Amino acid sequence: MTDILLILAGTILVNNFVLVNFLGLCPFMGVSRKLDTALCMGLATTFVLTLASVCSYSFNLWVLEPLDLGYLRLIAFIVIIAGLVQLTELFIRKVSPLLHSVLGIFLPLITTNCAVLGVALLSIRTNTSFIGAAFYGFGAALGFTLVLILFSAMRERIDAADVPQPFKGSAIALITAGFMSLAFMGFGGMN
Amino acid sequence: MLGVLVISLLALLLGCSLGRASRWFESDGSSLIEQIDQLLPQTQCAQCGYPGCKPYAAAIADNIAPINQCPPGGEATVTALAELLNREVIPLNPEFGVESPALLAVIREQECIGCTLCIKACPVDAIVGAAKLMHTVISDHCTGCELCIPPCPVDCIDLVSAASSQSPL
Repeated sequence: MTDILLILAGTILVNNFVLVNFLGLCPFMGVSRKLDTALCMGLATTFVLTLASVCSYSFNLWVLEPLDLGYLRLIAFIVIIAGLVQLTELFIRKVSPLLHSVLGIFLPLITTNCAVLGVALLSIRTNTSFIGAAFYGFGAALGFTLVLILFSAMRERIDAADVPQPFKGSAIALITAGFMSLAFMGFGGMN
Repeated sequence: MLGVLVISLLALLLGCSLGRASRWFESDGSSLIEQIDQLLPQTQCAQCGYPGCKPYAAAIADNIAPINQCPPGGEATVTALAELLNREVIPLNPEFGVESPALLAVIREQECIGCTLCIKACPVDAIVGAAKLMHTVISDHCTGCELCIPPCPVDCIDLVSAASSQSPL
């Protein structure tokens, strides 16, 4: 139980994938304009990340390791992630066509979200158990969602704020992201 | 050799399961929202107060919106919707616009300054062009929704009756 809590706290706050490991920055900047979209994207990514972490961990444990095929890890994980994303897309299109049209291109782009591949690769290095890998992926996804929601909430306020001309648009967003990253680095002391 | 085999098997497995899943999750077009959507004219003109035809169809299906808010569809659409939903035929609500013959947007190309504003406004992507280049309307795709008229800064878009015009492309 403590292990699981430690993994969750570690991935959500201390080693947040976006703000500390700097993975998955493209959706972080791209889908954070509006709070609802950010929330939807966060949920879709949570689903994919958790599944991807579990699937790639078990594939590595039961297929690649026994056959001594460690060098195939990267390409195998990419194939697994691509398949999972496709599955998520089919599922969302069936369940909520509106959400599907809101997420649009960002849904298939989860495939190229480096956080997903990063989590899959890091999880096999850091985790010793299946449950650990599952919660590692889930925690990473929660961290991603948390940061995405916080950032989009800030961006919505920044849109309404009187920003100096040279900082308008992406510039102020990047600066905000930098400050958020600084703040999250502070959690490093919890280690 | 073993590596090739493993990757091929993995890809085959994923491919098969995705194929099954796509059949499983396929939208069969039988849901009420889609049936209603098929009866709407697909102008995406937003005159009903919803962003497009599908959201309006969803609102009708949820019983939030009455069936008489679609001016481009006119009486024919109201009748078809009433038949599908087993409701009474009601006259078109004039608050949302009046029924008019099908229209087509035409850009007076000599006057177009290439600002791309109408391209962004078009809900069905029927306007082609690029920044600082002349734009034109693909008449086969144009639904006559009039959404491109207000953004045009030089007022170079005309609405003509769809029957009388010829496609420039």
